[in-house]
Amino acid sequence: MKTDIILAGVGGQGILTIAATLGAAALNENYFLKQAETHGMSQRGGEVVSHLRISDKPVFSDLIPLGTADLILSVEPLESLRYLSYLKKDGCLVTNITEFRNIPNYPELKKMFSEIERKVKTVQIDADEIARKCGNPKASNMVMLGAASPFISIPENVIVEAIATVFQAKGQKVVELNQQAFREGRHFALAE
Amino acid sequence: MQRKLLLGVEAIGQAAIDAGISGVYAYPGTPSTEITEYIQENGTAKERNIHRLWSANEKTAMESALGMSYAGKRSLTCMKHVGLNVAADVYMNAAITGINGGMVIVVADDPSQHSSQNEQDSRFYGKFALLPVFEPSNQQEAYNMTFEAFDFSEKTGLPVMVRITTRLAHSRSGVVQKELLPENVLKLPENPLQFMLLPAYSRKYYQQLLDKQPLLQKYSNESEYNTFIHGTDKGLGIICCGITYNYLLENYPDGNCPYPVVKIAQYPVPEIWLRKLEKECDELLVLEEGYPLVEELLTDFFERGKKVHGRLNGALPRRGELNPDHVAKALGHEKAESAELPLNLVNRPPSLCAGCGHQDTYIALNEVIAEYGSGRVFSDIGCYTLGALPPYSTINTCVDMGASITMAKGAADAGLEPVFAVIGDSTFTHSGMTGLLDCVYEKTNVNIIIVDNETVAMTGGQDSQAKGRIEKICAGIGVEPEHIRVFVPLKKNHAEIVAIMKEEVAYKGVSVLIGRRECIQRISRVKKMNREENV
Repeated sequence: MKTDIILAGVGGQGILTIAATLGAAALNENYFLKQAETHGMSQRGGEVVSHLRISDKPVFSDLIPLGTADLILSVEPLESLRYLSYLKKDGCLVTNITEFRNIPNYPELKKMFSEIERKVKTVQIDADEIARKCGNPKASNMVMLGAASPFISIPENVIVEAIATVFQAKGQKVVELNQQAFREGRHFALAE
Repeated sequence: MQRKLLLGVEAIGQAAIDAGISGVYAYPGTPSTEITEYIQENGTAKERNIHRLWSANEKTAMESALGMSYAGKRSLTCMKHVGLNVAADVYMNAAITGINGGMVIVVADDPSQHSSQNEQDSRFYGKFALLPVFEPSNQQEAYNMTFEAFDFSEKTGLPVMVRITTRLAHSRSGVVQKELLPENVLKLPENPLQFMLLPAYSRKYYQQLLDKQPLLQKYSNESEYNTFIHGTDKGLGIICCGITYNYLLENYPDGNCPYPVVKIAQYPVPEIWLRKLEKECDELLVLEEGYPLVEELLTDFFERGKKVHGRLNGALPRRGELNPDHVAKALGHEKAESAELPLNLVNRPPSLCAGCGHQDTYIALNEVIAEYGSGRVFSDIGCYTLGALPPYSTINTCVDMGASITMAKGAADAGLEPVFAVIGDSTFTHSGMTGLLDCVYEKTNVNIIIVDNETVAMTGGQDSQAKGRIEKICAGIGVEPEHIRVFVPLKKNHAEIVAIMKEEVAYKGVSVLIGRRECIQRISRVKKMNREENV
């Protein structure tokens, strides 16, 4: 078993919560794990990326080699396209469609995505809207994790439990809301 | 064994606590900051009440750590690579004094300059000071080697440098902990003159340091972290320093690397393994993060020796951090077929946060300098450095901590008028105060704007020693009270801020303008922390 994931987003969007949840799940399953993240300057609204590697064998490199990632999970559509060279040939791209526009020359993405969809398995999801319906737009991260979960070799219930571990300090209500967000995201991806 | 998921920096913090340190001394700097933050939040550290507050800069930090070592206790000091430049004076001399309690210096280098002005390689500082350097290859080694570094320091009587790079600092993996050691007891140095570097003494101590070098070499040869891994194909021998070992293994996931390998994690370099490799193999390949230190050591200037491949001969990029793909290329491996599509994406550079007070200061300053032309704003290191980018493009320099004030002074001395310095509150207390004294001493015509957001913002909002003290510091240094001006950087105050700036430009002497508004990130972080405490 091996899943190599590129997690992408903009500094401050909180991709690290997704990483922390998968990390907790992987540790519970006794998998090996390495997760390299971006700290420092880029966290001020710049592009941030995390390489997350889960395996039943020891993981060596903290960085995923080009062309070998199983999955790109992005909480922002422009950022989802930045790391395509890491994706393996039959890899999968799961992205939120809500744009984060903090640059003056934000490009038109529609055409790019229509081209990409022809070549790569793509799940585009309005995670913010789904999270809002669940009761808190902040849970969009967990919607994204849910949407990506069918492509990650960790059982659904293990991730659901990990969500409880990560959010337990914030109370049962927050745990349940995030678990619900996860399920909605997963449901969306499976229905695609 | 229970594995704990830790960043490389966190593993180092945990190891230092478990090794029984009585204090950590540091100034925030990416990618080293979280070592100290981890210790600040740690239960055992709180229980033992080990010293864990921030220092004013890396020099005061390392000196305090040396003082704690003098008193017989174990101490840790951590910094980013350029921070070691600030502490270089005490660092070089601590190699001469040696230690009493174990002392470990963690330096986090930043190849690829993710958050730094340069990518200097601290291993050279190790060599420079003739000190042992540990360079762990993964999170578990970061833990183990830091833990053992304190014993090693006491065994050799020397400070030990632990050198990591950004990638290991900020990557997480499962780490197994060792048992917690007790703290050292208070104990003065046996030789009361050990730390007395009058030339008559220090010549002797320097000789002692030189005499220790064969011992350090012996320990390097025997270290369990420096290993020789046999291979059948003697066409090439590979030397891996620190984390580059992982990039090699990544290219042979089934453990079938055909070439002999020397893995180095402790310096001075293990001579026996390198000699053995050279003897066995036709050519050598050196994989190392940072500068080509080992490669240079092994390359024969007169080209009579065996061919050495690496960053110098183009087998690997000369600058920037390495990755498995660089190593694959150097090994002549085929690249995996990717789903790459031809996309030309715009970059998303970091920017000042929406609502940040620095923006209002820069908008006002732009209006004031429009009259004189640009090229006269000297700045410094912090979030406000982002004011170099559009839409502000206000500041013209960022060199090293505190250089805004002193470079402005030099330019003013040269005849540039008016000149401005823009410096953050914490950068000011780190290295700006002495430069201000130079200006006051000569009554230099400078306009120093201290952009005070009451925190060390860029590294994540640590407590700033400057908070609540800036006016008093400036007055104490001798700035005339009527030329210490305070404004609140808000849009609605724009006209007032411009007026204050113009008044001070008109004054031909030292003006300090303090733009004070709390960092908006810090406000929301503190709010969140309070909320979580209430739950």
